[in-house]
Amino acid sequence: MMTNPTGRLTQGQFSFLPDLTDAEIGLQVEYGLGRGYAWSVEYTDDPHPRNTYWEMFGMPMFDLKDAAGVLLELRSCRQTFPDHYIRLVAFDSTRGIESVAMSFIVQRPRREPGFSLSREEGPGRTLRYTIRGHEGDKPEGERYRE
Amino acid sequence: MRHRVAMASPLYSLPGAPAPETAAPATVPAAAPPRTIGEVLAQSQAGAVIDELDAALVGLAPVKARIRDIAALLVVDRLRLAIGLEAQTPSLHMCFTGNPGTGKTTVAMRIAEILHRLGYVRKGHLVAVTRDDLVGQYIGHTAPKTKEVLKKAMGGVLFIDEAYYLYRPENERDYGQEAIEILLQVMENQRDDLVVILAGYRERMEAFFRSNPGMRSRIAHHIDFPDYEPGDLLRIASLMLEAQHYRLDDGARAAFEEYLARRIRQPHFANARSVRNALDRARLRQASRLFAEPDRAWTAADLTTITAADIRASRVFADPPPAG
Repeated sequence: MMTNPTGRLTQGQFSFLPDLTDAEIGLQVEYGLGRGYAWSVEYTDDPHPRNTYWEMFGMPMFDLKDAAGVLLELRSCRQTFPDHYIRLVAFDSTRGIESVAMSFIVQRPRREPGFSLSREEGPGRTLRYTIRGHEGDKPEGERYRE
Repeated sequence: MRHRVAMASPLYSLPGAPAPETAAPATVPAAAPPRTIGEVLAQSQAGAVIDELDAALVGLAPVKARIRDIAALLVVDRLRLAIGLEAQTPSLHMCFTGNPGTGKTTVAMRIAEILHRLGYVRKGHLVAVTRDDLVGQYIGHTAPKTKEVLKKAMGGVLFIDEAYYLYRPENERDYGQEAIEILLQVMENQRDDLVVILAGYRERMEAFFRSNPGMRSRIAHHIDFPDYEPGDLLRIASLMLEAQHYRLDDGARAAFEEYLARRIRQPHFANARSVRNALDRARLRQASRLFAEPDRAWTAADLTTITAADIRASRVFADPPPAG
């Protein structure tokens, strides 16, 4: 059985849906701004499930009133990293929450080879599992190139 | 038994798979397209803001006329849009020139509100900045700083006070030029997202535009704020006092008129700002006059009245009366 028949990275919100258009991204950003979240743009070429912290593209954007500012930053990130994964992250600074409230992928590479599960046999036939990205074995900067 | 087609197609779709035919989303029945100016004004409630601008701001006739012109253009554009005529978003960047205290910031705030009501800016907030907020202190500091301010102002109005400080001709390595370039780029490319208002003294703004012709050509509206007449200043004073629940008695009114006549001739006269400062000082003197009699019971009238003595204690009256 294929566990991920579409062959797409499914992390964060909306990742089982078709890619959001810029207008839809704008609406989501607008919703977050309405709830007082601070948006930031992050990118990576190593989307391993345990790679929680992606690279930040600029500072988190506090005190924004309109989604146009976030989209401006997103466009310049897409220009800089056309083959990387890019996601938008909304930070809720409310005391007691102080963590990420929304997060979704807004750009993927054209080809997503996915991950494989490798098994390592230990003493007493115990099995240890680990996940490796097919693209992750390449050196940084050469991943997800056509 | 009827075959139910709807059950055959799943309610979800896999990315990459051909999308199932979906019915076009039912369009929300919009309000009937406006046909008259009155309807646009009623729908947007911009008329109320314009009236308020007229009532709350004393004098400034050319400024008000210009704002009414801009508002009229925007309203007519709405009507054209309603009958399907293509209306290109007009360039709304403005430049306010005038002496200090002539109401540039106040008008900018009203403009933000009017543009918001007419739907030309989405949020209608005003971000007021000066050179310090835009220009960095070392190489590579300016661009992120300027962009951050621009992002905050998106959907509203960016008000750059004393904009001529951005350009310092005496220092060719000044980072101000970099801020101007980023500003120009956003002013041109994201006209729908942001309205930029530059403000400053007339002569220095002229010099600024001479050295930055690109900036001048991207700004459609150059509005000049005239100085206030003494009568206007007196009206402004009574509006300010009214808002703070004070009033001038008859003697004080005469004294204040005389005060203004003297103050206008002195250097560094800043129109409405000087009036506000003078009134603040008069309130201080009134307070200490009341304070000097701790055992007396003051009535409401006493507490709200500024007398001639409070005004005449000003340093302005210490100088010899103006010649001529």
